Amino acid sequence: MTLHLKKGSSRKSAYDLKNPLDELEETHTLAVLVDNEAGVLARVIGLFSGRGYNIDSLTVAETDAEGHRSRITIVTTGTPAVIEQIKAQLGLIIPVYRVNDLTVEGPSVEREMALLKVAGTGDKRVEAMRLADIFRANVVDSTLESFVFEITGTPEKIDAFTDLMRPLGLSDIARTGVAAMARGA
Amino acid sequence: MSREMTGAQIVVEALKEQGVDTVFGYPGGAVLPIYDAIFQQNDIKHILVRHEQGATHAAEGYARATGKPGVVLVTSGPGATNAVTGMTDALMDSIPMIVLSGQVPTFMIGNDAFQEADTVGITRPCSKHNWLVKDTADLAETIHQAFHIATAGRPGPVLVDIPKDVQFASAPYKTKAKAPTTHYQPQVKGDLAEITRAVEAFENAERPIIYSGGGVINSGVASSQLLRELVAGSNAPITSTLMGLGAYPASGDNWLGMLGMHGTVEANLAMHGCDYMLCVGARFDDRITGRTDAFSPDSFKVHMDIDPSSINKIIHVDVPIIGDIGHILEDFLKVWKSRGRKTKSAAIKKWWGQINEWQARNCLDYTNSSKIIKPQHALQRLEALTKNMDRYITTEVGQHQMWAAQYLNFDDPHRFMTSGGLGTMGYGLPASVGVQVAHPESLVINIAGDASFQMNMQEMATAIQFNLPVKQFILNNERLGMVRQWQQLLHGERYSQSWSESLPDFVKLAEAFGGKGILVTDPADLDEAIKEMLAYDGPVILDCVVEKHENCFPMIPSGKAHNEMILCDEETADAIDAAGKTRV
Ligand SMILES: Cc1ncc(C[n+]2csc(CCOP(=O)(O)OP(=O)(O)O)c2C)c(N)n1
Ligand SMILES: [Mg+2]
Repeated sequence: MTLHLKKGSSRKSAYDLKNPLDELEETHTLAVLVDNEAGVLARVIGLFSGRGYNIDSLTVAETDAEGHRSRITIVTTGTPAVIEQIKAQLGLIIPVYRVNDLTVEGPSVEREMALLKVAGTGDKRVEAMRLADIFRANVVDSTLESFVFEITGTPEKIDAFTDLMRPLGLSDIARTGVAAMARGA
Repeated sequence: MSREMTGAQIVVEALKEQGVDTVFGYPGGAVLPIYDAIFQQNDIKHILVRHEQGATHAAEGYARATGKPGVVLVTSGPGATNAVTGMTDALMDSIPMIVLSGQVPTFMIGNDAFQEADTVGITRPCSKHNWLVKDTADLAETIHQAFHIATAGRPGPVLVDIPKDVQFASAPYKTKAKAPTTHYQPQVKGDLAEITRAVEAFENAERPIIYSGGGVINSGVASSQLLRELVAGSNAPITSTLMGLGAYPASGDNWLGMLGMHGTVEANLAMHGCDYMLCVGARFDDRITGRTDAFSPDSFKVHMDIDPSSINKIIHVDVPIIGDIGHILEDFLKVWKSRGRKTKSAAIKKWWGQINEWQARNCLDYTNSSKIIKPQHALQRLEALTKNMDRYITTEVGQHQMWAAQYLNFDDPHRFMTSGGLGTMGYGLPASVGVQVAHPESLVINIAGDASFQMNMQEMATAIQFNLPVKQFILNNERLGMVRQWQQLLHGERYSQSWSESLPDFVKLAEAFGGKGILVTDPADLDEAIKEMLAYDGPVILDCVVEKHENCFPMIPSGKAHNEMILCDEETADAIDAAGKTRV
């Protein structure tokens, strides 16, 4: 586990010398590799609720069936000190193998998938279809009065698409949460 | 060849293989097979407590007196929920503990069966790790792993939940050597580059202080030796947290006394004024730091700790060193010696001049009385009369606990057991039972308050049953004294619910349990009463009736800095502002 400890920060009072920018909250994406055992997700979520940390997005799925490993991707927001605490605390959970902070460890890609149901007829239906095309969303179900679009992209892209669909008859939405990975080998 | 055994036999066998000689527990339906296996062997002694909370604190006392993990056995449902307080206590104070709990059979889990509780769910946040074992074949290795995780790195409590059918079913026994190891292998060696940076700054320190904690004690007796060597070699002053008392001897030349909320003036002012702070196995708890934005404003801070999450959690430090205190101190000394054992000895001498001035204030002075026993005086007399004995002290929680830390002297590690992080009233009596089990021939005294004592007083029966001659030294102020003190200081002397009406007659209570009771109210009789307590071969309650309105000083009011201590009643008016009131 890598700790990013600030050094040489307290020639004066610990607090006084803290960079005021430190108090600004940042959003980080953490990749947590865990043993896929009973209760592991509860341990991770319990850590966040018990210590008052934020979860903006959380995804989990087994990534190595033979090795019984799962990958949990967490997007969280906090001051740099809180982010460091979150990583250190995650590292203390026994079934956690590794914690990677994709936000600080170099460039990474982030993707999320969403399904959106848009109900409507006439111009609205045509407009929804046109926008879906621009956003490269696929139609995975259609009736005469509705579409279900599948869209993949950054969370921001999905936000933008959702906002556009709202006036066009958006009636239901399911999002997967973020999956993320470092770029390069 | 691995032998086929029932799950219950596997539990007993695994405990034996782990070197367990004592289990603290209480039976019930869901653990009957394990109790049956215990009945049929003689290697492991079972101490029957009177409440499962008592079992957990007894196991904590045992663990802290021996350095070995404490083992607890409870039944499902209420047995397990009663263990929660002690597990949380052990988590806060880094005490290795293994709790084995019975569970309803696997095929009934989820049905709201009789005495079913989601034990792993309930204990997840108060354990280092826990397991529900659903297959007897996994039981042995799970118990071996449980011991590893409880004791490796920063120690703590773990729980293994064992359904009744898993106890009955059979499987081959897996020895410790054959059990798969976990990837949990905490870093024990500190980073040498960081250690060297810490040494360089140490050599240039003009006003150094060493602030040590429970981590030194948890790391083993050798670590206390290394700490003493460092202090002696450098002439640095040293203070300690409540949990670290005894790592450096109270009789040592460089000892400043405990620091923090009820620490000494010299310790707190030295923390505030130092230019170099070496934190050894402590965690900058809020009882220690006071106001964090005014904490030791001019010091270069080095933090040695085995728990990476303790670093920069509360106070930013200049040099973090992660690892086992013993290893780190050894390397620190090695590097320091190889560079010529340098110190700024003239400057440190001057620093001592300043410290001696603070010490001259005698901050632990109090006004004694010939009419009523002052609690501080009672402890000073107890100290004088037991000083050279093979003595272990436990405490409950409250004023008496702080006075014990202030007025009793601890010259060795593993001699003082108290609930630090959680502050659990009811800890001391069962803890004294656990200590006495570990050291049957030693003198074990619980410094108790009248209120705390009543929280687990049923454990007197355990002491009687197992011939454990624990001494209960109650500083009876007929008050929830610490609560009363805060109400005096913070809530306009409105003493809401902080006195004990209808206290039991503690002498009769002792006799009812089958022990000895002694009452003392007159300072003139105090020594005799203490001697009578020490002379009696069996459990004693000494009801020492003390001044009711004595306050515990020095005190750093909540939300204040180390240099804003109050020393006596006259200084208490408006000592705590609105911001401080909201703090604990
Ligand atoms: C289980 C528990 N409940 C409540 C408290 C809050 N509390 C802290 S000290 C104290 C009073 C303790 O009274 P006593 O044991 O008589 O000790 P004294 O302070 O009078 O020496 C209380 C209620 C606590 N620490 N633990
Ligand atoms: Mg009291």
